[in-house]
This record gives sequence, C-alpha cells and structure tokens, in this order.
Amino acid sequence: MAVLSYAMESAMSAVRRGLEPLIPALRRFARALARDAEIADDLVQDTLVRALRAEHLFHGGDLRTWLFTILLNLDRNRRRGLARRPVLAVIEDSDPPGAPVSDGSARDIERGLALLPAEQREVLLLVTLEGMSYREAADTQGVPIGTIMSRLSRARTSLRVHLEEERQPLRRVQ
Amino acid sequence: MTHREPPITDEELHAYADGLLPADRVGAVEEYLAAHADTASRVAAWRAQAAMIRDKWGKVAEEEVPERLQPGRIAVRTRGLGRKLAAAAVGAFVIGAAAGWFGRDFVLGGSNAEIARALADAAIDAHRIYVAEVRHPIEVRAEEAHLVPWLSRRVGQPLKAPDLQPEGLKLLGGRLLSGPRGVATAFLMYEGGAGERVTLTTARAMREGETAFQWRAAGDIGAVAWIEGGLAFVVAGSAERERLNRVARRVFDAYEFASNEKK
Repeated sequence: MAVLSYAMESAMSAVRRGLEPLIPALRRFARALARDAEIADDLVQDTLVRALRAEHLFHGGDLRTWLFTILLNLDRNRRRGLARRPVLAVIEDSDPPGAPVSDGSARDIERGLALLPAEQREVLLLVTLEGMSYREAADTQGVPIGTIMSRLSRARTSLRVHLEEERQPLRRVQ
Repeated sequence: MTHREPPITDEELHAYADGLLPADRVGAVEEYLAAHADTASRVAAWRAQAAMIRDKWGKVAEEEVPERLQPGRIAVRTRGLGRKLAAAAVGAFVIGAAAGWFGRDFVLGGSNAEIARALADAAIDAHRIYVAEVRHPIEVRAEEAHLVPWLSRRVGQPLKAPDLQPEGLKLLGGRLLSGPRGVATAFLMYEGGAGERVTLTTARAMREGETAFQWRAAGDIGAVAWIEGGLAFVVAGSAERERLNRVARRVFDAYEFASNEKK
C-alpha cells in the first residue's frame, strides 16, 4: 500500500515535472487557436487538469505531443459546443467602420487563419508557431504524415491567396 | 551515369521553408529556387506567413504564467480530487447518511420547497462525489438502451434523459442513488465540450404541486431545484448560475408537464 502510493506519487511528479516547462508553449498555441486570452487559458487549465488526472494513461512517449493532443481535443469540443448554441459571437468584425481594409500584417494573418478549416489551422500553427516536425504534428493530430503535408499545403495556399487579396484592395468596399 | 540530384518534391519545399530539410538537400533546393522564380516566391510567401504567425503570438510564451495555470496550484487541486475519489468508495454511505438527515423534511410533512432543498443538497453531494470519479462516474452508459427504462422503473415514474446538446452537453450515462430517506433517485451525468460536467438528479416527490426554480449552492457547486408533476428535479454543476438555469429550463421543457391544466 505504502509502496504503491509512493510509486504513484513519483510517477505523478514525473509527469508534473515534465509538464511545467511546456506551459508557456501551451498558452501560446491556445491563444493562437482560440484568439481570446481567457478562453485560451481555460483551455490550458483544462488540459493540465486532464493530463494530471489521466497521467496513468501516459506510458512514456512524447509528453509534449500528448498534451497538445489533449488541448486540440478540448478545443474541438469547445467549438462544437459553440456551433450548437443559437447565438454566435461575432469574432471577425472588430474593425471600426472606415478602417483600412488591411493593416498589412497582424490582423490579416489572424483573419486568414480564422478562415481556414480547423485541422489546417492546427497543423500550420503546430509547425510554424510550435516548431513541431511533421512527424510530431502527425502524432499530435493522430493522422498519417501524408495528411499533415496536404493540410499544410492547402493551408499555405489559401492563406497566401487571402493575404494577397487583402494587400491589393479590390474596391469592393465603398 | 553522371551524378544527378533527385527532383525536388513539394514536401521538400515545405521542409525547406520550415527549416526541417536535411542539410544534404538544402543546396539542391536552393539551386532549384534560384532557377524557378515562381516557386521561390511561393516559398518566400510561406516563410512570411510563418514569420507573421510568430510575430503575432510568439510573445505569449514569454508572458508570466498566470497563477491558476501553475502546476503547484493544479497539483493541490488534483490531490483534493484524489481525496474525493477515495470518498467515492463510501459515497453511497455518505449519501445514505445525508438522506437520513434530509429525509425528515422529505417525507415528514415538509413543504415542497423543503423537499426541493433536501434533494438539492443530496444532489450536490452526489455531484461532488461522482463528477470527480474518473473511471466510473456512471453505472450505465448513455448508449445502453435500458438506461432510462431502468431508472424509470426504480424511481417509479416515467423519466426522460433530456437532450441538452443545445447547451453543449452530452449525456454520459447514469446511475441509481439512494436519495433523501432512501428514496430511489436517478442521477444522470452530462459532459460539456471543455470537460465540465452537469448532473440531473430526479426523485419521486410524494406530494402534488410545483415550485419555482430554486437556487442552492454549496462551495463551488450550484444547483437549480424544482418540483413538477410529482417529481423533484435538481440540475447541479460548477457552471455559473445562468447556465444552470438554462439547462434547468431545457429539462423542464423536455418533460412538458401539463401543469396549466391543474390550475
């Protein structure tokens, strides 16, 4: 009994120790994914709680990948919940009327990402923001590496089109 | 045969843009890009996108981690949970004991408000114990067709498992509890997208009549309780009051009591 609880305690602290240095990256990724600081930190908190509760399910392997997988699942559930709610919050149009169509960078990239299908956005962020290898991204999303490559490619193509359109105002806004 | 480099693939272009290309291929890719302006501008655009993404969000990782996300804080909470898990082993006993206490109100001539309050307190206890359960939060899973018929039979009145999907809550399943004064009590557990759980506790009320929604809270768990059509209901969770209220209204609607006919 004492031995068992000691073993559990030490396994627990191993995960806990490994988890601590990953929290800043989890926050960064969640922020880009959810775009709202509060929601993002809620996601990270839920991720940490789940990870600590389920640490008996973690048998070695890559802790970072495992944590990001949990976070992605929670985020998908969150969005599914949002989609079912009758009133959708408007997240795109925070511009005051008369604002320039493009400020050339930060907001454009944010909008461009928002327009991508979720799984493409996730891959692009895992690779560019988190510096994951394609293998790690594949493990995180639980898909073959070929799927990662095609998602990445499609994400980049759509984003490029979006950014170029934004940069050349088409006079569609009067 | 002269030495010829293998052709450049799309994968390699991405890997090059992401700095993931093996060093021995970098030269070949750069040579190719020098000769193909279109491809070069495509790759440059990808790199610019990545730079914008890092500019926009990279600094979040340098922010100080808020206190609520520090592992020490979460560690304390999970240890608290651990204790609750241990308590789950004697959960039935705890509820039984509580039932003895609240039971006096429940059966011995208590008002409807008192019945609702007694069940709310029992529901909050049950919520606290079983929501913390990781492995066996429920006895019978939602997928099992006999869940609702079984609970209805034990409670002694037809029950429903209201669809709470519009509130982002999915039914996990249920269990039978011994409620106030040992009354058979149905306990359904729902889970939301972020993993939050809301429970619906239902028991047969021994008297006619109805009550308004009553709010009851203990610690971080709140409950909305009411009586309608011979049943007492409690919606409990750690969500905010307004959300629980909305859930309660959905449950109420799902039962569609003809309460107007009585008046």
